[in-house]
Amino acid sequence: MAQTFETHQQDRMTLSIGPHHPATHGVLRVILELEGETIRKATPETGFLHTGIEKTAENLTWNQATTVVDRMDYLNCIGNNVGYCLAVEKLLGITDRIPERATVARVLLMELQRITSHLVYIGTGGLDLGAMTPFFWCFDLREQILDIFEEVTGQRMNPSYMRVGGLAHDLPAHFKEIVGNFLKVAPAKMQDLRNLILGNPIFIDRTKGTAKISMEKALGLGLTGHNLRITGCDYDVRKYYPYCGYENYDFKVPTYQNGDLFDRIAIRFDEVDESLKICQQALANLPDGRHIIDDRKLVLPPKAEVKQSMEALIHHFKLVQSGFDVPAGEVYHAVESPRGELGFYIISDGGNKPMRMRVRGPAFYATYALAELLPGHYVGDMAGIIAGVDPVFGEVDR
Amino acid sequence: MPNLEMIERAAAAREKVNTEIVPALLETFKDRAEQITPTNDQIPQVFINPGSLLDVALWLKDRGFNVLVDVAGADYYPARDPRFEVIYHFRQFPALGMIRVRVRCTEKDQPASVSHIWPMAEAPEREVYDQFGIKFANHPNLKRILNPDDWEGHPLRRDYPLRGPRALINLEMPAEQNRYAAFEGVDDANTEHGK
Amino acid sequence: MSDVFGKDGGFVTTTVDGFLRWSKANSIWPLTFGLACCAIEMMNLTAPRYDLAQWGSEAFRASPRQADLMIVSGRLCNKMVPVAKQVYQQMAEPKWVVAMGACASTGGIFDNYAVVQGVDNVIPVDVYIPGCPPTPDAVIHAIQMLRERIKRDDPKGGLKVNA
Repeated sequence: MAQTFETHQQDRMTLSIGPHHPATHGVLRVILELEGETIRKATPETGFLHTGIEKTAENLTWNQATTVVDRMDYLNCIGNNVGYCLAVEKLLGITDRIPERATVARVLLMELQRITSHLVYIGTGGLDLGAMTPFFWCFDLREQILDIFEEVTGQRMNPSYMRVGGLAHDLPAHFKEIVGNFLKVAPAKMQDLRNLILGNPIFIDRTKGTAKISMEKALGLGLTGHNLRITGCDYDVRKYYPYCGYENYDFKVPTYQNGDLFDRIAIRFDEVDESLKICQQALANLPDGRHIIDDRKLVLPPKAEVKQSMEALIHHFKLVQSGFDVPAGEVYHAVESPRGELGFYIISDGGNKPMRMRVRGPAFYATYALAELLPGHYVGDMAGIIAGVDPVFGEVDR
Repeated sequence: MPNLEMIERAAAAREKVNTEIVPALLETFKDRAEQITPTNDQIPQVFINPGSLLDVALWLKDRGFNVLVDVAGADYYPARDPRFEVIYHFRQFPALGMIRVRVRCTEKDQPASVSHIWPMAEAPEREVYDQFGIKFANHPNLKRILNPDDWEGHPLRRDYPLRGPRALINLEMPAEQNRYAAFEGVDDANTEHGK
Repeated sequence: MSDVFGKDGGFVTTTVDGFLRWSKANSIWPLTFGLACCAIEMMNLTAPRYDLAQWGSEAFRASPRQADLMIVSGRLCNKMVPVAKQVYQQMAEPKWVVAMGACASTGGIFDNYAVVQGVDNVIPVDVYIPGCPPTPDAVIHAIQMLRERIKRDDPKGGLKVNA
């Protein structure tokens, strides 16, 4: 008995996957201990994209830090911006003075960004499971949203469009038209994608029962977002701790019960449908008005005024030279990113730069949960499972 | 119409935490905990010393704080001694109350690791060790996580230069090899913090 | 006879050379070396709208042995440096490198301890693309530039470069 156990142990092979690998969705190293084709132990190793964003933010003024925050979870740029700005606005105490137009525009753009992120997930997830067509369909649909972003913010990706107090500049005149055009074509395309993927027998075979997880384990592993909602828990920061007026929108939070890979992908389709609903409501309710708070201590005055009024000149000088100061304090503010609960814990020491900006990235915990999810499956399932937890390594490594 | 149920539930939970949990915590851990007035996000916060972390965490778990949201580190150098702080956010799920526990510690203090209670704490504790140098007692795998394994120094400390080892380049290399010679004298990002 | 097989390349060898350069330029297979945000724009490059396959980059290969062009898209961080070097060394000649984006070219907005200030500190680069992230149009422009220069035999594709 002891001898068979020993030989059995010696059959284990250690395989290091990544960090340069087509199936790891970025720069991830997973060290697998294999017994034949079955994974017995998995150790994720991250840090290959550590950019020192938290340290860089300590050297940038409050508004400048929105540029680095973008680049963490680079599939949810607008969401990161909004989360950061909301946290700073809480520190400043100006949350109820943000104009309505800015709040509704934030919700609308965040939901559009959520749709782009889910489309990348479905497209690349399909690619990892061997399906090429969803990749092309998803990215083609996504291009329409990126066109909208380009018209509004000037950039397809990493726009840094939010400022503390509202939006960087006002929405263009034809905004309602371009968003309306997208919202007309999106539901039909999503239905096509659904028919293509979710009914496919190979897809169902590969994903049903794979990487099952229970609610207690998911909560203990710090999972949030879709990783938690597939276990039966309906935790969504937009419902539990509403921000930006989310309590005024009519949308459901889809939950599934099985906790496996099929649920992880199927829930994304439902989430896109709910986001489209929110976009319709936000578009219908978009009011006119200012796009940013009317406070000269935080926002640059219009240029014409700067050339005529002494105070405007002084405000302009102070804001450009060193930015505004935020009173000392700490704040933890969470928003719902496509990956889960994105939390910003910001400490201010009263100066014009953040003293400490800590970002609680949901993908960080999801990646380390792979140590629990991978064992017991075949190596061939590994790509699908890694894609299924939706890691984005800019956020994992910051 | 607006769905205010959750907002009211969160407010009620916050009220409960403020009136019941925090005073009980301060009472039970008399000399080891101290409350700080909450700031703009209305999450109650308490300071504790590193030795009592495990007791406080288990005590809170018994009272429904079953989810650990995040483990963060902070460095208050030179404004304060002890300079470091490890900050834990706990949440009651599904009751929604939150509490923030801040452990003030110096470099030598070793707060207990809570990764045997909440498995998700293993990774952020490694990150706090990597970026600040605070070791956690009984941690299963305390290695660097973000920086390479042979990195020297702890980058998020306030006295670590922004550019890291490159910050010394200006001083050591002759001008022809020094790619940064052209930028000598220009205002650096890291002149604010002590070099 | 010496005309046809001359020392600096007579008629036959220069024609064959020209043909080889034409074929190299029209079948550059990139390596999937996506690191960060620029990788998403690189994925958009393979998507139907920008479609890099029109110019011969039909297959993005994950194995460096099978790829010609390493598009470094994203910031190169300290832990990833040995990996980038190893992948570059494993590529078979001729091989070219495109530094896509500001972070790969010079370190971008991250002038700190964690990001290598330019991928050319580690591996030789043929084309730099500015932008954060560059639009897929900019990357197509860079690839076209590279193709024109390959046809002129300008970057030798790693053949004369010290490792």
